[in-house]
Amino acid sequence: MAGAKEIRNQIKSIKNTQKITKAMEMVAASKMRKAQDRMLATRPYAQKIRQVIGHVAMAQAEYRHPYLEAREAKRVGIIVISTDRGLCGGLNINLFKKTVATMREWQGRNVEIDLCLIGNKAMGFFKRLGGNVVANVGHLGDKPRLNDIIGSIKVMLDAYDEGRIDRLFLVENEFVNTMTQKPRVTTLLPLPPSQEDTLKHHWDYIYEPDTVPVLDTLLTRYVESVIYQGVVENVACEMASRMVAMKSASDNAGELIDELQLVYNKARQAAITQEISEIVGGAAAV
Amino acid sequence: MAMTFHVDIVSAEESIYSGTAQMVIAPAEHGEVGILPRHAQYISLLKPGEVRVKTSDTEEHNVFVSGGILEVQPHVVTILADTAIRASDLDEAEVLETKRRAEEALAERKAGFDYARAQAELIEAAARLRMIQKLRKNIK
Repeated sequence: MAGAKEIRNQIKSIKNTQKITKAMEMVAASKMRKAQDRMLATRPYAQKIRQVIGHVAMAQAEYRHPYLEAREAKRVGIIVISTDRGLCGGLNINLFKKTVATMREWQGRNVEIDLCLIGNKAMGFFKRLGGNVVANVGHLGDKPRLNDIIGSIKVMLDAYDEGRIDRLFLVENEFVNTMTQKPRVTTLLPLPPSQEDTLKHHWDYIYEPDTVPVLDTLLTRYVESVIYQGVVENVACEMASRMVAMKSASDNAGELIDELQLVYNKARQAAITQEISEIVGGAAAV
Repeated sequence: MAMTFHVDIVSAEESIYSGTAQMVIAPAEHGEVGILPRHAQYISLLKPGEVRVKTSDTEEHNVFVSGGILEVQPHVVTILADTAIRASDLDEAEVLETKRRAEEALAERKAGFDYARAQAELIEAAARLRMIQKLRKNIK
């Protein structure tokens, strides 16, 4: 029977695909754990800096830094953090949907948008969709370094300093748990006031060299660290999402193989039955 | 027993050092500062250089920072380092190479060359080198 061989080949090729998806699943699982550790390691820095900013901003009430001052939005900047590689389920697509929804909202109010893209997938998407991309960076790998992204962050911060953009948003994936990653939009600039900024101390720092440069540095570092955190979190999301996607791909391949195996067995049996009946028919004729 | 306080050195990428110390010496904006327990609240920008954490009378941890912010509370010192590398990780050959490149670039100083950047690189490399040489001396 002609079908039997073809089915066997098909089963073999699906088995090979299954091997690949299995391997990718396991690699993603181990990378995810490391990415999660890195994600936790970045937290104390941002926390500490936020505390100090809260204090300094409160102690220096007369100096209003532009990062803390809301102004009317005529043009906004959006930083999108995506992955470099695909095969990670709907992670990027969900993120882009959210980005596009945010962009629509601002465009509806006649506000123009500057985009800063981190990750190759975002680049590809916005190349097709169009959009005013002012900075992009890709090929960050599994261990992104702050040095690699600092250039594109600076482009956006400079634009904010010079008044070319009046708001800065960050669109990133939030790592809820292994099964769930949610796209999230946060306002980076102007900094939303923290809840702890109430006057409860009666002391002030000794500043060196002065309040203003210290506050400037702190605020820049803070924004950088929030974005860096987003990039690291995105790696964890990517790995988790890929792990789940590859697991379901392996499962689907298994189901497909089972089904094909049944079809193959039937075809084989039919061929044997036919052969026997031919022999019997031939013997009876003699 | 001598008085001690808590020290945290963190960078954006990781936590580098956390523990108690008797004294911390850091390269502040206007020169080196030594912080002892119960220091008044103090905040300063850091220049590239080494941060020395004296954990006991004989023991000392060295961490290289290429800038950052020092925050002092009476019982807690926090250093928000830009990039901090443990002193033992510094590769002297690489540092020398960086220094050479920066000096070369400074000497050429062509049109459109980023003078400020090269100088910053040179200062950083020199600071790293000083620290490595000092570590060497301690080992011998």
